Amino acid sequence: MMANWLFASPPDRRLLGETRFRGPTPWVIAIMSFSIMIIAATGLALANTAGSLSEAIATRYVLEVPNGAQNLDALVGAVRSAPGVTAVEAVPESEMRGTLERWLGPAAKSADLPVPALVNFDTRPGADLRAIEQRVRAIAPAAQIAAHRDKVSPLLRSMREIQWLAFGLVLLLSAAATAAVVLAARGALDTHRFTIEVMHGIGATDEQVTQLFQRKIAIDALAGSLGGAVAGAIVLLLLASGASFAGAIMGGATLGLTDFLILLLLPFALTALATWVARRAVLTALRETL
Amino acid sequence: MAAIAEFDSVGLRYGTGAEVLRDLDFRLAEAGFYFLTGPSGAGKTSLLKLLYLAQRPTRGRIRLFGEELSEAPREALPPFRRKIGVVFQDFRLIRHLSAFDNVALPLRVAGASDEELEGPVREMLAWVGLADRASARPATLSGGEQQRVAIARAVINRPQLLVADEPTGNVDAEMAKRLLHLFTALNRLGTTVVVATHDVGLITSTAGADLIRLENGGVVDPTGMLRNPPPRNG
Repeated sequence: MMANWLFASPPDRRLLGETRFRGPTPWVIAIMSFSIMIIAATGLALANTAGSLSEAIATRYVLEVPNGAQNLDALVGAVRSAPGVTAVEAVPESEMRGTLERWLGPAAKSADLPVPALVNFDTRPGADLRAIEQRVRAIAPAAQIAAHRDKVSPLLRSMREIQWLAFGLVLLLSAAATAAVVLAARGALDTHRFTIEVMHGIGATDEQVTQLFQRKIAIDALAGSLGGAVAGAIVLLLLASGASFAGAIMGGATLGLTDFLILLLLPFALTALATWVARRAVLTALRETL
Repeated sequence: MAAIAEFDSVGLRYGTGAEVLRDLDFRLAEAGFYFLTGPSGAGKTSLLKLLYLAQRPTRGRIRLFGEELSEAPREALPPFRRKIGVVFQDFRLIRHLSAFDNVALPLRVAGASDEELEGPVREMLAWVGLADRASARPATLSGGEQQRVAIARAVINRPQLLVADEPTGNVDAEMAKRLLHLFTALNRLGTTVVVATHDVGLITSTAGADLIRLENGGVVDPTGMLRNPPPRNG
């Protein structure tokens, strides 16, 4: 069985001593695992938010007409009757004035104030925007149609950049964890040089010697990874209320089943990576001996 | 008699230093008993390292068990090492393991199960007089007891070649006699024994043993081994 090395006999386990979790390795891996968990969860939530936001505004447009409030009903009618339009929602003139009141004060209620018209509408994919524009320009020549995605694209781009940054940080932290494991493996080789010499002297193969270290480091890495991941999960749960608030603002910063599976697999992936790297480090070092 | 080890113009140097062994030409017969003597720094330990495959010669050829091993790939060496028992001057017991587990180690490495090794290890510990110390860790054993555990570990696999480096260096005269008795008993069972020692008493009390004397990295008597003392029947 491939995992036989993980289930060594008690004397084999004692060969390198049974003092576990005393060195810095499990703690270093726990810190890395904790950080990876938080960063990965943030990255995945951002990806979901960006995805749902992007999907929600993909076919949403806004019609802007300076001083167009008095024509609002006509503009809404023109948009609604255009082919390919699926939903229309006008910002009422009273709401516009209420918004302007924050800056203009009571003057916002003046009948002389040119109040713009804003009409949000959704279309079917591939709808002819030029035809819609022609319809509304027949009523208000200064009418402009803008896509929501154009206005939100800098935000989406930033979110995607942060998402990639999170992915890069996960890779960097994994690399740092493996570097710590390599150092730990080399330290263990130095500490147990005597045992290795004895083992080689009585005819042990590199594979047999490597399995001793591989097992010890795998257990340390698994303990550290799981410990860090559990701590990370607790912090994420504590932040859950904040996250739901943020979700309400951002349009659903939530994690799906696949995301939870990815997060669940992360500590095991980190353990597997650390074990493999430790194995390579030990085998390489042993090849330098006779 | 067939040779278990053959040295042909063997030289050894560490790094870029001077040769510590040079022009070694000799053979060790199967079931022979050899003492390796010489002053400190003569190269005894280096020669033993060549014998138990912990070192490669920098020149010349070494045949062990009929195979040319001077340049054999390192992956090919473990099976040959399992035919060699080594008693180190400093015992080299693994401190985390009990006497039982230290002795059992070569059998475990060779793939024996717990059931298979239980009997032989108990028997071996009884043979070296440590049956009641099986579960003791090395740190709790006396020097002589540690030495006997080291010897038991070296011979548990019934090696074809037993190599011992100053095995009596840390024990009293009485224990030295008992160890020698163990070696000769093994030799009678067919094991080739090579003992590096300064202990003249040990050498003179072993009838029929051959002597290899090293000085300045070379064998002093290039014509062959001195027999010391002469066989009692000769």
